[in-house]
Amino acid sequence: MATTTAPNPKVNRLGLQVLDYRGGKTTLCAGCGHNAISERIIDALYEMGVQPERLMKLSGIGCSSKSPAYFLSRAHSFNSVHGRMPSVATGALLANKTMKALGVSGDGDTASIGVGQFIHLMRRNLPLIYIIEDNGVYGLTKGQFSATADLGSKLKTGVINDLPAIDTCALAIQLGATFVGRSFSGDKKQLLAMLKAAIAHKGTVMLDVISPCVTFNDHEGSTKSYKYMQEHEEAITEVGFVPHFEDIAVDYDAGTTYDVQMHDGSHLRLRKLRDDYNPNDRASAVKQLMEAHEKGEVLTGVFYLDTEKPSFTDMLNLVDQPLGTLPESRTRPSKQVLQEIMSKLQ
Amino acid sequence: MATGDVALGNAEPTPGTKDDLSARKPVINDFSIQVATVNGSGSQSANSVLLRSIFGMGIPVSGKNLFPSNIAGLPTWYTIRASKDGYVARKKEIDIVVAMNGETAKEDILSLPAGAVAIYETSLDLQQYRSDVVCYPVPFDKLTAAVCPEAKLRKLVKNMIYVGVVAKIISLDMKAVETALRRQFAKKQKAADLNWAAVEAGYNYAAESLPKQDPFVLERMHATEGKIIIDGNAAAALGALFAGVTVVTWYPITPSSSVVEQLIDYLKRYRVEPDGKATFAVVQAEDELAAVGMVLGAGWAGARSMTATSGPGISLMAEFAGLGYFAELPGVIFDIQRVGPSTGLPTRTAQSDLLSIAYLSHGDTKHVMLLPGSVKECYEFAIAAFDLTERLQTPVFVVSDLDLGMNNWMSEPFEYPEKPLDRGKVLNAEDLTRLDGFARYKDVDGDAIPYRTLPGTDHPKASYFTRGSGHNEKALYTERPDDYQNLMERLNRKFETARTLVPHPIVVQDGKSKIGIIAFGTSDFAVIEGRDQLRKEYGVETDYLRVRAFPFTREVHDFVASHDRVYIVEQNRDAQLLSLLKLDLPAEDIVKLRSIRHFNGLPMDALSLTDEFVLQEGI
Ligand SMILES: Cc1ncc(C[n+]2csc(CCOP(=O)(O)OP(=O)(O)O)c2C)c(N)n1
Ligand code: SF4
Ligand SMILES: [Mg+2]
Repeated sequence: MATTTAPNPKVNRLGLQVLDYRGGKTTLCAGCGHNAISERIIDALYEMGVQPERLMKLSGIGCSSKSPAYFLSRAHSFNSVHGRMPSVATGALLANKTMKALGVSGDGDTASIGVGQFIHLMRRNLPLIYIIEDNGVYGLTKGQFSATADLGSKLKTGVINDLPAIDTCALAIQLGATFVGRSFSGDKKQLLAMLKAAIAHKGTVMLDVISPCVTFNDHEGSTKSYKYMQEHEEAITEVGFVPHFEDIAVDYDAGTTYDVQMHDGSHLRLRKLRDDYNPNDRASAVKQLMEAHEKGEVLTGVFYLDTEKPSFTDMLNLVDQPLGTLPESRTRPSKQVLQEIMSKLQ
Repeated sequence: MATGDVALGNAEPTPGTKDDLSARKPVINDFSIQVATVNGSGSQSANSVLLRSIFGMGIPVSGKNLFPSNIAGLPTWYTIRASKDGYVARKKEIDIVVAMNGETAKEDILSLPAGAVAIYETSLDLQQYRSDVVCYPVPFDKLTAAVCPEAKLRKLVKNMIYVGVVAKIISLDMKAVETALRRQFAKKQKAADLNWAAVEAGYNYAAESLPKQDPFVLERMHATEGKIIIDGNAAAALGALFAGVTVVTWYPITPSSSVVEQLIDYLKRYRVEPDGKATFAVVQAEDELAAVGMVLGAGWAGARSMTATSGPGISLMAEFAGLGYFAELPGVIFDIQRVGPSTGLPTRTAQSDLLSIAYLSHGDTKHVMLLPGSVKECYEFAIAAFDLTERLQTPVFVVSDLDLGMNNWMSEPFEYPEKPLDRGKVLNAEDLTRLDGFARYKDVDGDAIPYRTLPGTDHPKASYFTRGSGHNEKALYTERPDDYQNLMERLNRKFETARTLVPHPIVVQDGKSKIGIIAFGTSDFAVIEGRDQLRKEYGVETDYLRVRAFPFTREVHDFVASHDRVYIVEQNRDAQLLSLLKLDLPAEDIVKLRSIRHFNGLPMDALSLTDEFVLQEGI
């Protein structure tokens, strides 16, 4: 079972067991980073007490995008087309803004075929948790480079990547996403805390989770392998998360923590590992990411957070009820309205 | 060029003299006017005042804007047809041209048939080109300057001068003109007064200086009482409004943009609740892939969702269209067709997306299409499309075109929908308790339409997994041969169900003729007029069926079966409707099909149709 920041009871605040958050049996390779992420998603949703029926999980195409089948069977799920999950999620959330939504994508699905939709998703600040399960390759099509593969990294076949990597976090920060972080599939504690904070956030959460592909990209020469990550991961912030329904005192040294109040009243506590780090400063966040690249380090943590910016569904000023199930009396104007329009056209 | 096809053949002027011309019998309520202007010159208000004043005199009228893909500077033509018989197809010959564009003026007058009328700026001196055309030179600039001291408004006001000149020449009732003009500038009293002064100046000039030499006159009728004037895109928008649309996405493209632009106006006005909150969401997407992705996502989550696009957008939507078909997702897609392939002629009309929509996407995919042939049907089919897409759980395409969508048409007023919304087969939490769960893709009722649940249904057995990959009745992943085949066969049966639910064709058949005509959409106008021409001029009777949907209903088969020859009339090069029919008809009926096509970017006219018909019939 996962290591968590809170005690792990048999049932959560909804009286549901972890079992209620499970999905189908995974068909991904044993040891695939994506499986570990699915486990953390289960833990986070369970611990946060998210009602499974209140969640929509969506994905594109890829090994990563298959993973919604492996968690939370009780949630509605939509495995869409390659690179286009953001649009489907946008439509679904417009139809029902009262739902929580979680999207799973891959680095190919996001940074290549889907980069256009990704960009516009970030701009809109749609209330969606968007997870990139980032292995630097196209797993499902058997190991071609993706656009997040680092310059100079090597494929199993010996091919060397000679194009620069897209840093999806830097991109997301620049585009206006309001919660941007990076973690590692093997870092249970950090990933779980980030996911829990993500659940409490109201705008777009963009999490790039390095997730080694054990079959095609977990060898020397790959910069997204377990070994490379263990040697080069540098946490910019240590993340603690305190859901508002849990009344526990967290023992952090006041001088080294940064508390952020989330939308639901809970707190995200960032432990500053660097003195100069401020998660509300876009420019410095991007700068740090760039500097880490130059040093060959992989920076993890929550880089940017904005809990003020209104989400896309808020900006549209929609009625409180889901649009999808509004009764006819509220969506079809009256006969008088038609008559009024007709007489104006005469 | 001008847009009378005569120009395309570069007709030599026929000899004749003005004396012959003025001796002609009056032509009452049956002629066409073409205003040749420059894009961006603001002639739209003037043209719509002309159209509305003729309408106001009770005379059936139609207007067409033939414009270039350009914001300002290129030539554009507006044609108005008054027809006592109610014909609204494009008339091939232009009877009166108002040549306001110096660049095209020579061509405009050269393209006229003998006996036509030309109104133009005096300094253009067009009479030198044609002795067989009635010429009315008008000192537009001088007249404009006199009524409009403000130089920067003159370009606009000049247009109203020709309204006045035309009004005098064709005996337009000035009361009707004033009503139309005041309506046009409803909230702008000053503009109305200024423009009215220009109309009067044109009228007075014509009264004093242009003695009538041509036969074209209007006389009051009572054929437009109670009727409305609207463009097809506004009508489609109204349909969506009254269908209770909740999610609208779009990416701007001519000629579809005005569907959504007008819908936004209606939604803001009629779908904001007293607390200021909206019962709709509109998103301008980043492209058509996203637009249709949002539509399907919204449809999946229960919304009545739609987008509007044109050919290039349809091409981009292909992959999602297949997902919508295979994963059985509702969503309405309006295609306002324009000329392709590729960018084609973006501001010209065609009916050439039929085949690509019918089978849009890879694999064995096919789609339901509704084919409106009037503004009223744009409204009605928009409503029907939302019911059908939720009933059938598959994307439904409403296939209109630029001619219908962007031009103004007369119509009977639209009727309020009688039936409540049909939200299709959706199970709620109580249903699930009663049934103890459900299988998403199981054909329970024998109509091949399964039941679905919506995200947010508060029941542990409500959820299912939607995917574009192989799935069984329980929506679980499968690659089993029998699962796949069963699914594909059920989807085929569902298409058969669609056949029984889509709008039926309009059939005019009296059992006397062995020759049939089949058309769809805006080809209807040319066919109606063409059949009359064939009867009057050649004594040939024809039956007529107007297809209004794909898949084709039983009547289409019966119609072909009961005729010896059937002409398929359409506005594309490749005989797309005929191709679709071939796939549907038995072999013995396929051989009866003949093809009449029109594809030069201009709306089809009756003459082109009858000429081709007569040729093929060997009459
Ligand atoms: C339009 C389209 N093009 C190509 C493919 C083939 N394809 C499937 S998955 C994939 C790449 C997936 O890579 P990524 O998103 O990184 O996922 P991973 O398998 O690595 O988790 C590709 C190219 C497809 N499904 N659709
Ligand atoms: S191929 Fe790679 S990404 Fe795909 S399941 Fe196997 S390890 Fe995971
Ligand atoms: Mg990948």
